[in-house]
Amino acid sequence: MPEAMPHRAAIWNFLFGRLTIHSFPFLNPDTEGHILLGTFFVVLLGGLAIAAAITKYRKWGYLWHEWFTSVDHKKLGIMYMILGTVMLLRGFSDAIMMRAQQAYAFGPHMGYLPPDHYNQIFTAHGAIMIFFVGMAYIVGLMNYIMPLQIGSRDVAFPFLNNLSFWFTCGGAVMFMTSLFLGDFSMAGWLGYPPVSELQQGPGVDYYIWGLQLSGVGTLLTGINFVVTILKMRAPGMTLMKMPVFTWTTLATSGLIIATFPVLTATLFLLALDRYCGTHFFTDGFGGNLMMYINLIWVWGHPEVYILILPLFGVFSEIVPTFSGKPLFAYSSMVYATVAIMILSYLVWLHHFFTMGSGADVNSFFSLTTMMIAIPTGVKIFNWLVTMYRGRVRYTVPMLWTMGFLFTFTIGGMTGVMLSVAPADFLLHNSLFLIAHFHNVIIGGVVFGVFAAVNFWFPKAFGFKLDEFWGKATFWFWLVGFWVAFGPLYILGLMGVTRRLSHFDDPSLQPWFVVAAIGAFLIALGILSFIIQIYVSIRRREEYAVDGDPWDGRTLEWSTSSPPPDYNFAFIPMVHHRDAWATMKKLGFTRPRDGYNDIHMPKNTAAGVIIGALSFACAFGLVWYIWWLAALSLLGVIIASIVHSFDYHQHHHIPADEVRRFESGNPHAAAQGASA
Amino acid sequence: MSLKPLRTVLLLPLLLLGGCSLVLLDPSGDVARQQSDIMITTTVITWLIIVPVMVAIGIVAWRYRASNRQAKYDPDWDHSPQLELVVWAVPLLIIIAVGAVSWIGTHQTDPYRPLDRIAAGKPVAADVKPLEVDVISLRWKWLFLYPQYGIATVNEMAAPVDRPIRFKLTGDTMMDSFFVPALVGQVYTMPGMQTILHGVINKPGEYKGFSANFSGSGFTDMRFKFHGLEAKDFDAWIAKARAAGGDLDLAAYDKLRQPSRAEPVHYYAKFDPNLYERVLNLCVQSGGTCKNQMGNGPMQGMPAHQSMKMPSEPEVPSGSTSGGH
Amino acid sequence: MNTTAIDTAHPAPSDYYCLTESPPHNGTLLGFWIYLMSDCFIFASLFTCYAVLGTEYAGGPTAAEVLDLPGLALNTALLLISSVTFGFAMLEMARQRKGAMLGWLAVAGLLAAAFVSLEIREFLTMIADGAGPTRSAFLSSFFTLVATHGLHVTLGILWLIVLMVQSFRFGLNEDNVRRLRCLSMFWHFLDLVWVGVFSYVYLVGVVR
Repeated sequence: MPEAMPHRAAIWNFLFGRLTIHSFPFLNPDTEGHILLGTFFVVLLGGLAIAAAITKYRKWGYLWHEWFTSVDHKKLGIMYMILGTVMLLRGFSDAIMMRAQQAYAFGPHMGYLPPDHYNQIFTAHGAIMIFFVGMAYIVGLMNYIMPLQIGSRDVAFPFLNNLSFWFTCGGAVMFMTSLFLGDFSMAGWLGYPPVSELQQGPGVDYYIWGLQLSGVGTLLTGINFVVTILKMRAPGMTLMKMPVFTWTTLATSGLIIATFPVLTATLFLLALDRYCGTHFFTDGFGGNLMMYINLIWVWGHPEVYILILPLFGVFSEIVPTFSGKPLFAYSSMVYATVAIMILSYLVWLHHFFTMGSGADVNSFFSLTTMMIAIPTGVKIFNWLVTMYRGRVRYTVPMLWTMGFLFTFTIGGMTGVMLSVAPADFLLHNSLFLIAHFHNVIIGGVVFGVFAAVNFWFPKAFGFKLDEFWGKATFWFWLVGFWVAFGPLYILGLMGVTRRLSHFDDPSLQPWFVVAAIGAFLIALGILSFIIQIYVSIRRREEYAVDGDPWDGRTLEWSTSSPPPDYNFAFIPMVHHRDAWATMKKLGFTRPRDGYNDIHMPKNTAAGVIIGALSFACAFGLVWYIWWLAALSLLGVIIASIVHSFDYHQHHHIPADEVRRFESGNPHAAAQGASA
Repeated sequence: MSLKPLRTVLLLPLLLLGGCSLVLLDPSGDVARQQSDIMITTTVITWLIIVPVMVAIGIVAWRYRASNRQAKYDPDWDHSPQLELVVWAVPLLIIIAVGAVSWIGTHQTDPYRPLDRIAAGKPVAADVKPLEVDVISLRWKWLFLYPQYGIATVNEMAAPVDRPIRFKLTGDTMMDSFFVPALVGQVYTMPGMQTILHGVINKPGEYKGFSANFSGSGFTDMRFKFHGLEAKDFDAWIAKARAAGGDLDLAAYDKLRQPSRAEPVHYYAKFDPNLYERVLNLCVQSGGTCKNQMGNGPMQGMPAHQSMKMPSEPEVPSGSTSGGH
Repeated sequence: MNTTAIDTAHPAPSDYYCLTESPPHNGTLLGFWIYLMSDCFIFASLFTCYAVLGTEYAGGPTAAEVLDLPGLALNTALLLISSVTFGFAMLEMARQRKGAMLGWLAVAGLLAAAFVSLEIREFLTMIADGAGPTRSAFLSSFFTLVATHGLHVTLGILWLIVLMVQSFRFGLNEDNVRRLRCLSMFWHFLDLVWVGVFSYVYLVGVVR
């Protein structure tokens, strides 16, 4: 039977594409294999434990009906926050592995990671932290808070909101799958060619399709939020009466709409080069790799403002609340936000001054980059002046804000240094750059997310987070950050470049050891955060609060904690900025009767199904399992069409039920005058 | 501008910290030194605003803490045109200052601009011709061609002190960044494209050079030593390379361009005079059509052997200008 | 709901809540328009690639050699007429004449289908002549840009069929009218993009 073998191989190839038994890296008998095997077991056992617990307590039905199929912006917001936290653990594991390698791999010691493994780790770390931690967190926050702030019952397209989440989740699962099946991209978080074009195997394809999935999800979210803000504000809330967080959500969503399509197109072209042999970014046949680098940064630079703007909004809510006075210079704040949004589109070339584009081009982009420092500086001043003549309460959210003000300002200063083209010729790609962007992303985005979580957690769950562990988290992060990244600034000035997996010069080692200690302190910070959540859940009775625990200023504090499905029994009417603060001051009374039927969107499984089919399609593409890709793509189309045949995507909450909730809930909305 | 006192002030605490050498704050090449000066100047200018803001945050945060009932509390105060003017004007002024420094500095230290001085107050003598070095980044090593001397070196480079150097740079397969921090700021090396860089080393010594742009598996080992040498030592170095023998013809280059890690230093007494142009135009393999021979007009249908002829003076061959537009 | 009270210094407390439910806002048309704007950025990226790579023939055929201008004229005419007939369908929809609307929609769909098949034929001819997307960067960017537009038209046809079935079965209800309006925007948008493709890729490509 000489033909049996090729025949069987052909069938195997058809069924499984390029997936073979050797695609399981944790079966390799080397260090890399052992690390992955350990990780695999941890994930497997953890997953099994969670699944067993859910089964034991019969919660599958609850999860499916109340969460997975939910179109409620609040639940989706919480699911995004959970996704972000899970991915933070993954991204941070990568970080600590990198720090360990760099602290150890000196001279004769090659470290415990071979270069190809190390390269995957820093690629995964960057991509995960941006796409699945940063983006998941900000989308989660915007989802939860923005509709409440504008006095709306949900977002404009609740089903799309659910679908976006499952796309993002599908992308995250792609990234996680690459850990145990095949490998991951070794081309850095932006996948520059030629490295990304020349890498064989599924690694870069995981990267491409994982990002395509989450990118589509993010784009839909952006559209959804813009329409929500433009169409669904409570009566009387003009644009210039919107809370600043809502303004930053609008600006961020606008940026998403204008940039994520560019990312989609760019990754699509990279995929064409890899799959079909086209010549967009190849070395020969007229391809141009610098075009990729230009396009990816046309998305990439606005992306960092997409991440930071909502957190500027968060600080603009926290500072006035805990200073007990309105935000200073609201209009300035809005104009500054819009200015940042527009300028962020005009600076992308500063990421590659060193490509040799000439002095005039470099000067132009250097100047536009610096100009962003003006509105950003204005914001810092405005927060400062808001505290002036206030009564500042140093709660945990406010501590994070103070940490942000100090840390981010330094990060801004080093950013201005890097924006000066001649200085960038020296600092480009150095550890100084690494320290700079972690300084703004950790100091701005991460600190902001922790501030926001501590601030709005009582709103979402009806009880406050534990103060002690909150403060512990803060101090570990703040000190850990500076211990980890201070040395990187110095190493950068010593001319040490990024992404190295081994060093010759022993004089550098102490700095890397200190940086590793810093990473360890941050690990304690993350641990404290998990303990904080755990302790607070245990003591939830003790920490229970009413609708307005912080003496808040915006509409989300006018409803109960947690808010009912319909958010507001009566849609508020807005006359002033800081609507809720004014309502409290003027002593309004909330109607206690006369409830109406409320029109709400219905849950649907379509999002989960389409998300899962898209994941299957992406998986098929990564492994060249063409039948799977084709069938699941067809499935996506059919599922969408079937979904469109359901004309009854709404239901009514009867007035009686509203009445029962509003009168039966001990934590129902606070009464303004008495609060 | 003399930044000596500033530099000392900046360096002192850092030196006390670890006794380490912060090469970017104290480089040995004139261009890098100018770039470093610009970096320090802008840092100092930004400190003019950063330091007061930091202090103000500290003072305000402490004074207006909730428990301090002495501090004035003004719960309705939320705007002040004068203050807002200041809030916008101060960052604007700072950025105008930094922007001016950047604009001038960017033009002054433009890598394409031939040097007119070798150090502050020392213009380039009229009879000095710059040292020409053609740089090719390979997977994962550096190849330096010295057309004026006919030698080629791998992973080691030398230049005479105080003589301007003119680099032409390209990449073989990957995109790298050519960086000798002590000498001059980095520039990318890109396949099929050429960049130009001018620099000069002012102090003899051995300096680190490496790729500052990630280029795959062997990137970590893509390091070389850059020797700043007195004129006679440089001649000796050239002689040493010549004595090593070896001919980097196209066949030898084809072997060299195969991926390798931590390639040891070696020299070639001569190299194919068309090598750099062929690498730049992506046509090292004999018979391949060069990029600058394809033209962008109608298909020329030129036989492959004819395209072997190289133009005599392709300063910047068509289709291979710098990466920018 | 006393709107006169808004913006006075001290509105009555009851003016802080809407006591009756207002009909739900529908942002679909706005949302779809924003989606089209984001799609513009995809096409803008592809146009940019064509602008950069459009003369990188890499020794292969040039634009003047491979682009088929007479075929282009027919193609363009088909698509533009399709847009006009879609317009007629919308007019009939406004007059609540379902049958006539479905008829015009069918015409628009068939014209678009003819456009797509002509385009596929052009592609196949080019590939057979050795001018496929892998020959040079110019051809890569040409195929990608034109095929992306073609893919949009194909999806538009699929959507059109679904909406025709839905309008036929469920009538011109509020949802269907809204969906048809969205598709109409999509249809004209693709026409507009085609004008860009036709003038920049074909005409400029042949001239330069």
